[in-house]
Amino acid sequence: MAIQKFKLPDIPSIAVQISTSLFLNGVRMSLSISLTINGDARTIVLEDPRVTLLDLLRERLQLTGTKKGCDRGQCGACTVLVDGRRINSCLTLAMTVDGAHVTTIEGLATGDELHPVQAAFLECDGLQCGYCTPGQIMSAVGLIAEGQAAGDPERVRELMSGNICRCGAYKGITEAVLVAIEKDATTSKERDAA
Amino acid sequence: MNLFDYVRASSVDEAVAAGAKPGARILAGGTNLVDLMKMGVAEPATLVDITRLEELKRINWLSDGSVRIGSLVRNSDLAYETHFAKTFPMVAEALLSGASAQLRNAATAGGNLLQKTRCSYYQDVASACNRRNAGSGCDARQGLNRLHAVLGWSDHCIATHPSDFCVPLAALDAVVEVTGKGGSREIPIESFHLLPGDQPGKENALEEGELVTAIRIPADASRFAAHSRYLKLRERTSYAFAVVSAAAAMMIEDGRILEARLTLGAVAAKPWRSREAEAAMIGQMPSKDLFDHAAGIALREASPSGNNAFKIELARRLAARALSAASAGTPTAMPALPGSPLSTFSGDAHVA
Repeated sequence: MAIQKFKLPDIPSIAVQISTSLFLNGVRMSLSISLTINGDARTIVLEDPRVTLLDLLRERLQLTGTKKGCDRGQCGACTVLVDGRRINSCLTLAMTVDGAHVTTIEGLATGDELHPVQAAFLECDGLQCGYCTPGQIMSAVGLIAEGQAAGDPERVRELMSGNICRCGAYKGITEAVLVAIEKDATTSKERDAA
Repeated sequence: MNLFDYVRASSVDEAVAAGAKPGARILAGGTNLVDLMKMGVAEPATLVDITRLEELKRINWLSDGSVRIGSLVRNSDLAYETHFAKTFPMVAEALLSGASAQLRNAATAGGNLLQKTRCSYYQDVASACNRRNAGSGCDARQGLNRLHAVLGWSDHCIATHPSDFCVPLAALDAVVEVTGKGGSREIPIESFHLLPGDQPGKENALEEGELVTAIRIPADASRFAAHSRYLKLRERTSYAFAVVSAAAAMMIEDGRILEARLTLGAVAAKPWRSREAEAAMIGQMPSKDLFDHAAGIALREASPSGNNAFKIELARRLAARALSAASAGTPTAMPALPGSPLSTFSGDAHVA
């Protein structure tokens, strides 16, 4: 079976004023949402209000780095950043994030240069099979931005508890997050000093 | 998931009008509702998306010192608001003991009050459940019920309310502000959730179409700031619902308890506040015996609804421990494992 690809229109993001009623009395009205995904402005037409952000990313935009684990908000494999905050994309209906900035695992690296959190996961062996890794990394990026862990391994474990690793690579994951926090603090200091 | 009409409300009035239509459900953070829709437990004809209502996203400190928490304030934003966490520390601790960081970034204050029980039979459309489908029976009575209610349950339903947030809210006399077609009104949090009786489907005091707009914590609740704790026993260290939980707070002057608060979580279909237990501590000196005695009073009417008699003793011990922790003083920093009896003191690690 051929994979159907959707060609996305190359139009810049504009603030789309959407009427308050998009699906009215069961009559399908096409819904256009605009999102900035990994820096790219996208306008997307949805034919169905049931599409989650996770399915939109994976099945419509071919951004399959974001994984579907439980699809119920319990495993964290689908973690992405919406306006800089980590959330479970499987429990987020796509239409509710109209206008948002979404960052997925594909948006972290700069060319061939890994994001510091990605590099830390490699350095610390923070994975085995790798399936949960994109979610772990996005969650760690969110955690660092939240600034509540303060380099304390107990706090890191607590604040990463929404990401399950079936292989049990938690030791490496915790170390990787701690290394990334340390790197981030150093970078911030250098930036402040400059 | 069933197909539904999607309506994006641009004002509270619009949300109330759309929400009053038959089969309509309000969508906020979606962390519970979208999940229930995936299971087929919730099948709304219309989803009314209220996430664009900026006026519901604010934390307002009122001139009298009370705080109004807009119903769309996200759990993490409230818990990490420095002044809020200092003023009502056990509310912040309860919020941070719930769910995961990702869910707390999405889940809202109003949605927390309105979340559904996690009873497995409620969540399984193939099971009999009076709460989901009136008159169909209750498969939990003869099923896996070790985590079910030990207080306030009925033959029709033995489910518990899973919230952490609501437990300290009940202890602090919080008030729920709601708006409906007939205007706005206030409901004390203690009368907000209803015990099952013979109508478990009627879960709260909201009238048809009423929208939760805010939760208010009275100014005088801040007098417990120096002595309050929320403790939560879970079957794993983090990211689990409570087996039992307790919010305990007191005012201590010259070595005596002037006032005390005690509310239990995960033991009933609502936060279970015990005014009798609170009264028994007034004028007394804090001691292990006193707290054991008070905790015993709080559980006096408890009875197992299934294979869960252990929860009664567990809740009694946790309540006594929470009272003891509160009397020792609110931790200066949020514990690394919020609400966890495994790290009561900051610095203790549960993993060596």
